[in-house]
Amino acid sequence: MIFRYLLILIILFPIKAFSLIEVDITRGNLSPLPVAVSPLSVDSESKKSFEKLLKKKNIGAEISLVVENNLLKSGLFNPLDKDAFLQNPNIAHLKPRFEDWALIKAQALITGTVTLADEKLRVEFRLWDVLAGKEMIALAFTTVPTNWRRVGHIITDKVYERLTGEKGYFDTRIIYVAEEGKKTNRIKKLAIMDQDGFNTKYLTLGNELVLTPRFNPTNQMVTYLSYFRNLPRVYLLDIETGIQEVVGDFPGMTFAPRFSPDGKKIIMSFAMDGNSDIYTMDLENRVVEKITNHPSIDTSPSYSPNGKYICFNSDRSGYQQIYVMKSNGRNVKRISFGKGIYGTPVWSPRGDLIAFTKMHKGKFYIGVMRTDGSGERLLTENYYQEAPSWSPNGRVLIFYRETKTDEMGEGFSAKLWSIDLTGYNERLVDTETDASDPSWSSLLSN
Amino acid sequence: MNLGKIFRNILLVTLACLALSACATQKKSTGQMQGDVYTGTDTVEYLASGVPDRVFFATNESILTTKSRDTLRKQAAWMRKNSDLTFVIEGHADERGTREYNLALGERRANAAKDYLMTYGVSGNRLSVISYGKERPVNSGSNPLAWSQNRRSVTVKAN
Repeated sequence: MIFRYLLILIILFPIKAFSLIEVDITRGNLSPLPVAVSPLSVDSESKKSFEKLLKKKNIGAEISLVVENNLLKSGLFNPLDKDAFLQNPNIAHLKPRFEDWALIKAQALITGTVTLADEKLRVEFRLWDVLAGKEMIALAFTTVPTNWRRVGHIITDKVYERLTGEKGYFDTRIIYVAEEGKKTNRIKKLAIMDQDGFNTKYLTLGNELVLTPRFNPTNQMVTYLSYFRNLPRVYLLDIETGIQEVVGDFPGMTFAPRFSPDGKKIIMSFAMDGNSDIYTMDLENRVVEKITNHPSIDTSPSYSPNGKYICFNSDRSGYQQIYVMKSNGRNVKRISFGKGIYGTPVWSPRGDLIAFTKMHKGKFYIGVMRTDGSGERLLTENYYQEAPSWSPNGRVLIFYRETKTDEMGEGFSAKLWSIDLTGYNERLVDTETDASDPSWSSLLSN
Repeated sequence: MNLGKIFRNILLVTLACLALSACATQKKSTGQMQGDVYTGTDTVEYLASGVPDRVFFATNESILTTKSRDTLRKQAAWMRKNSDLTFVIEGHADERGTREYNLALGERRANAAKDYLMTYGVSGNRLSVISYGKERPVNSGSNPLAWSQNRRSVTVKAN
């Protein structure tokens, strides 16, 4: 183990000495990069207007707190304690005194300003390499003031992208099922929140059971299962207008819906007479197509990002296993062959991996394998957990976990968790209520 | 001598513990399960005198046991006598499976019960099915007995 880390150090060291800072996200990060997030400076006039508008005393500090939290939770960065900062935020943004920042061991520095002009929030920020004494990013943008948390997320995305070389996942949302009440009769509502747990909104009232919500690629629509009028069917919900409609006209339960990568189709299971098969429905012309035709349970379909393949869950071998086929249903091939049974396959947005839930000897695992089934890697083990969903950059998985109840059947809870593809950085995701069935949106901006 | 005494005491305590725990575990499952199919009457309700409303399944299975078939024949006989009634058959799974697969499994179980009722002369028009997957357990416990009570199909009067 130690030997491996030494090797990594040796390989990285000479590269680091010659170039600007880089953060490697392909392995578990053992020493997160020390970064100083200087509070964004606000002129006194803007400060007053922001306070009136947003009820926040210092919007600059609030935005940098959003950035800091994002960086910390990514596991790749170590935001330094602000009390140790020597330089004033407004001066640091113009010309950082790099010796001061190097003194507190900062390797990267984020500075910026926020102003209110024509009722718009204008932010300007810079990322600096402290040791090289160089500017790495300088960007400015404007938005409506109520979007101030998103400003923090966009800054984090830019910083993450510059330092890791890959797109971020911070200006995103999670749709999930909010849960309350007794385990034997849970009340479930659709809920949506920012990736960091803020701005929670409830999209249904809890009058009927709802399950498994998933975003379309533009994040405007959600497909999910609702038990409205005791008829479990796949629904489509427009988040802006709140308009809901049943998908298709099936004489039985439809479930396990997802959008195709172009957003034009919904793929789902339809159960009839004890048999579940996979179907698609074209949302423009309403044409329904049967994709699998097998007297076993075929469910949990998920498209590859190019739309050419579908992975799904089937018990045609006797137990739940993962299969891959062409999007027309041809060339069905089983890919899971390890010990135990497998469910909920979901194709990575990068196309190279499939995440899954595995059940073996009374334990539940979240894992990944290559699309041909090779290279299986289990990331986390627990009493009960399932339903991974990928961050849009394919680096993080969000899933839900349920607790074991005690002898009296008490103590049940369901929570969202996230873990890096590396198997490190496992974290509880804050939600207002108990939560399950998370689905990660794509990036809202850029 | 002293050491021998200690060993004997340890042995006695261990035996006592084993005996106690054996009692404790036996009490929980005595006569309640066969294999992992629930055979007790704890959560069962009755459609009419002597007509239980539910049947139980083994893990991952939708095969009807001898006892389940017996229960369903009783249901069918009673349904034939009460031909004005319609029914919903609810299929359920335990918490030890993924949500989407469990929805399909619940549907399969409900249909296994429906098919059997139909072979005993109940018209399919009077029987609809709904799967709840693992969403509506009757026993909130996290143990084999609770799971066995939750793997069920329940016949419910619809009118």
